[in-house]
Amino acid sequence: MKTVLKVNGQSREVDVPADKPLLWVLREDLGYVGPKFGCGQGLCGACTVLMDGQAIRACLTTLDTVGTAAITTIEGVAATPVGEKVSAAWIDLDVPQCGYCQAGQIMSAVALLETNPTPKDDEIDAAMAGNLCRCGTYHRIRDAIVKASGRKAAGGANV
Amino acid sequence: MSDQALLAGNRRFALKAMLAAGGAAAFDIEFAAAQGKRAATAASKLTAYVQINADNSVTITSKNPEIGQGVKAMLPMLIAEELDVAWSAVRVEQAVADQAKFGEQFAGGSMSTPMNWMPMLQAGATARAMIVTAAAKQWAAPVAELSTANGEVIHAASGRRAPYAALAQAAAKEPVPAVETLKLKDPAKFSIIGRPVPGPDTPAIVAGKPLFGIDTQLPGMVHAALLTAPVRGAVLRSHDASKALALPGVRKVVVLRQLGEEDGPVDGLAIIADSWWTANEARKSLSVQWDNQGREKHSDASFAAAAKAAFAGKPAAAVHAAGDTSAALTGAAKVVKAQYGYPFIAHATLEPQNCTALFKDGKLEIWAPSQMPDEGLKLVAKTLGLATSAITINLTRIGGGFGRRLQNDYMVFAAAIARDMPGTPVKLIYDREEDFKLDFFRAGGFHQFEAGLDAAGKMVAFRDHLVTFGAGGKPGRGAELPADLFPANVLANADLGMTVLESNIPLGWLRAPASNTLAFSTQGFLDEVASATGKTLPVLLLELLGDARVIMAPKIPGVPDYFQPPPFNTGRAAGVVREAMKIAQWGDNPAKGRGFGFYFSHLGYFAVVADCTTGADGMIRVSKIWVAGDIGSTVINPLNAEQQIRGSMIDGMGHVISGLKVPITGGQVQVATRRPALANRRCLLRLQRLQTPSAA
Repeated sequence: MKTVLKVNGQSREVDVPADKPLLWVLREDLGYVGPKFGCGQGLCGACTVLMDGQAIRACLTTLDTVGTAAITTIEGVAATPVGEKVSAAWIDLDVPQCGYCQAGQIMSAVALLETNPTPKDDEIDAAMAGNLCRCGTYHRIRDAIVKASGRKAAGGANV
Repeated sequence: MSDQALLAGNRRFALKAMLAAGGAAAFDIEFAAAQGKRAATAASKLTAYVQINADNSVTITSKNPEIGQGVKAMLPMLIAEELDVAWSAVRVEQAVADQAKFGEQFAGGSMSTPMNWMPMLQAGATARAMIVTAAAKQWAAPVAELSTANGEVIHAASGRRAPYAALAQAAAKEPVPAVETLKLKDPAKFSIIGRPVPGPDTPAIVAGKPLFGIDTQLPGMVHAALLTAPVRGAVLRSHDASKALALPGVRKVVVLRQLGEEDGPVDGLAIIADSWWTANEARKSLSVQWDNQGREKHSDASFAAAAKAAFAGKPAAAVHAAGDTSAALTGAAKVVKAQYGYPFIAHATLEPQNCTALFKDGKLEIWAPSQMPDEGLKLVAKTLGLATSAITINLTRIGGGFGRRLQNDYMVFAAAIARDMPGTPVKLIYDREEDFKLDFFRAGGFHQFEAGLDAAGKMVAFRDHLVTFGAGGKPGRGAELPADLFPANVLANADLGMTVLESNIPLGWLRAPASNTLAFSTQGFLDEVASATGKTLPVLLLELLGDARVIMAPKIPGVPDYFQPPPFNTGRAAGVVREAMKIAQWGDNPAKGRGFGFYFSHLGYFAVVADCTTGADGMIRVSKIWVAGDIGSTVINPLNAEQQIRGSMIDGMGHVISGLKVPITGGQVQVATRRPALANRRCLLRLQRLQTPSAA
């Protein structure tokens, strides 16, 4: 199926099966390897991208359901004002350990801050609950979101 | 001799031993030879580890695999410290797998920093010495009058100074100095070691750059998905791939016979296609008959029944026997008994196992997220009948290891597929389900404990019968019962024994192998013993530890010296117990739901206090954890140490709530839509203090 996708502000044509998941279209056909394959079942959140600003699981989103929606991946997220703040906070607090889940975490964080610019801790936890981190970087993830929101962190790194 | 000195001695010895184990050549010779290999095109490449760039930045090679443990910052930090450059001037580059050049390259056993501390300091000092010698010649000044700081050589007497970059080409022509001539910094003057340093890859991770094995892209690359038997170890009897081969994009189906690690080989089918998604979907069109060969008889229920039968008798093998435990238990005023069990668990690395390989003109090039690449290289060479010299392994960043990638099955599979398609690069990715199925699991097990208490409530005897897993009476990876298990090592009457069960479930090392089950089981039991005498666990621990002394562990036969158990210092153990009590304000009557644990593992003494509550929903919530640790050495990167402590606490809770449990029935690991349910993220771990050790 010939489809024109809008990815990170660019129109890109692909010719692949209609039921191919967006994750594999991005990774294999368009060269965006930032979104990661973790489980293929929408359970871990490593593949999270934005579709018209909403966080979605690209591993379960088939190409034919994307239509003309604007897709934002980790490669393009820092071009938005919120994405820039989140990316900067992630670097400032050195959030990653292995780093594999972090693209998905950042995309979910951006989607949260776009709708709720100053989330409380429990709102952050609820919004981020679908993104697993096997290394356990959850504290710094929360601290980075708080930092990006401009709120003063209650806890945080204390070494 | 203090245990610090013993450890230091061990470490020096370990260095020699590891290098001897790695090849015939002693390390210092090999090291010097490696340093001497300079690329003609890059005159500023001083050694295998250090390149001075024209802008006076420095490219430092990181030798070991990065799995999220932070080694890609830590080892280069050691080099940069002795090279005397600012960390902001450092760029880090990942080494390829080349043990002749870099010595042992693996991420396991918590060995990377103990083994490489001195060699990496020396690597930095070597390059610095070459630069200083070049400056001394140019300025006709004695080396002794020259100093360095911040990437510059300074001659105070004449007021001359030059950036390293201005001297690098001359320095590269200097002979590599002998290791004995190197003068290392006074640790009090360290300016990088001990400072918080962010991960060198963090900006690239945040930008979504290709770093991981699964991100490998090569021109003309094809993709492979794997189908293996539901029952581990089943043999492929017959298959029909005609429907799969008729699907658009599917190129080939390759039969893999008994490939994988030597003690867990599996049969399988690899589907090769233009897209991994196509290959993986095509698995559904395969018709396969497996021969389980009786392996379906193994299950959690059969293991529990075998443990019950074993507990009715004596252990099959004695591990440690001191005094007369039977008599001490018979004569005890009180005996506490308990059984503990824990399940098989999966590593569940978030990046599924994967590997890319290209076989061309008789040479094999591999891109692998492996924690032990040299073992993979040897295994591939042996399995495929290739010379090791025909194989190159590129190390990628690794999306979680936890010990899973100490095994190299994916490397063997990818290599076998690539050899079947000469000239075409192949990327193999395990589907999540295959990733669970093909894990090398943390062994389940069962303990039967007994403790004898005298009339005064003092613990006078300890017995543990571990029913574990392995083969031929020998426990498998990470399934052993150490002879120096605490508290057996501090009691006059102690008896440790084990019975080894066999199964078709292959075992692998998982983060703090053996310790990760022994800590929970023994500390849980000791907590029960403490309760039986009206004490709290830390009070019992301090009684058991007694006066400060060093207890040597019995040597394990056939194990390299650097993996021998280190001596146990009761004083340092008591130190962390007291520190945890202090920072958590333990007191005489700790609140309900407050727990304590202590363990010594991999050179580190740690004590933990946790505050837990049970909600109306029955969920246990951990509201706060305090950790006191004594690692017996310098914390190289506190920013990373904090991550490791928090991460290990969360991982540990994941183990305890069985979030990574893999139920076993019918010889199968039950993996369907298993979510690697990790600890509740509402647990707030606030690291209270990261204690540096007091002198021994």
